[in-house]
Amino acid sequence: MDEQDGRVRARVLIRPKAGILDPQGIAVERALPALGFSGVSNVHVGRLVELDVEDAEQLDDMCRRLLANPLIEDYEIIAGGA
Amino acid sequence: MKFGVIRFPGSCDDVDAQLAASRVGEAVLLWHADRDLQGVDAVIVPGGFSYGDYLRAGAIARFAPVMEDVIAFARDGGPVLGICNGFQVLCEAGLLPGALLPNAHLRFRFRQVTVEVVNAGTAFTRACTPGERLSLPCKHTTGRYWAPGDELDRLQDNGQIVLRYAPGENPNGSARDIAGVCNAAGNVVGLMPHPEHAVDELCGASADGLKLFASAAAAYA
Repeated sequence: MDEQDGRVRARVLIRPKAGILDPQGIAVERALPALGFSGVSNVHVGRLVELDVEDAEQLDDMCRRLLANPLIEDYEIIAGGA
Repeated sequence: MKFGVIRFPGSCDDVDAQLAASRVGEAVLLWHADRDLQGVDAVIVPGGFSYGDYLRAGAIARFAPVMEDVIAFARDGGPVLGICNGFQVLCEAGLLPGALLPNAHLRFRFRQVTVEVVNAGTAFTRACTPGERLSLPCKHTTGRYWAPGDELDRLQDNGQIVLRYAPGENPNGSARDIAGVCNAAGNVVGLMPHPEHAVDELCGASADGLKLFASAAAAYA
């Protein structure tokens, strides 16, 4: 656990939902071969939110109400990680 | 008829919306931090980059103090129009279905588009006729309308698709060419094109946008 003053370091990974066109992912996937990187597929671009929280129990609510839009995005909470 | 135009930090089309509305009624600006709708008869959530569009377009603006009153006003049947960023804010606030995603081609699009009026019964399209074509400018990077497939079917069946881009005109990859939607009651409408920039032929390609403001005013005539 990475705790300081009773706070927990948390990371929230937010990704476009599967099945929704992700033009950023496509743009990156198309750019990599131009640099000589071949064999790359299934690229998706999302967001990383890092935060210190006193109550990690609230993270899910934070994600649903603000950090992610559950209609279009999936989120993954990593609490207390390095 | 008194319109109130919300001004968030980062709004940039608020004054144009106020000028457009003032052609058919009185129009005042409402500051985002004030919890006072000043007794307006209709609310316009304008275009721009509210709160810098940080996190997601419209995500933070929906929690502005004034939005609590706008949400209550909308739930009571008050007419609310969201234009561009305002459309994004209303979707984030749950007043309109669906979401706006980055344009399919990832490019900023700024051009005149032709849209067709699908539902001429909403608070902001009453002065139009079904199938009527309007010429309006669009200017956005995050305007691709999206909702799950079954939700799109439901919107279509309920008449909640208000405006569609004319064939070949879809500037952003929106599902089913949707340019504007409304809530089930038809008092809350959102669209990506900008009617407030199309109210005078002297400084625009058309004055078609005036019809949306006139529609709201007609109820108070």
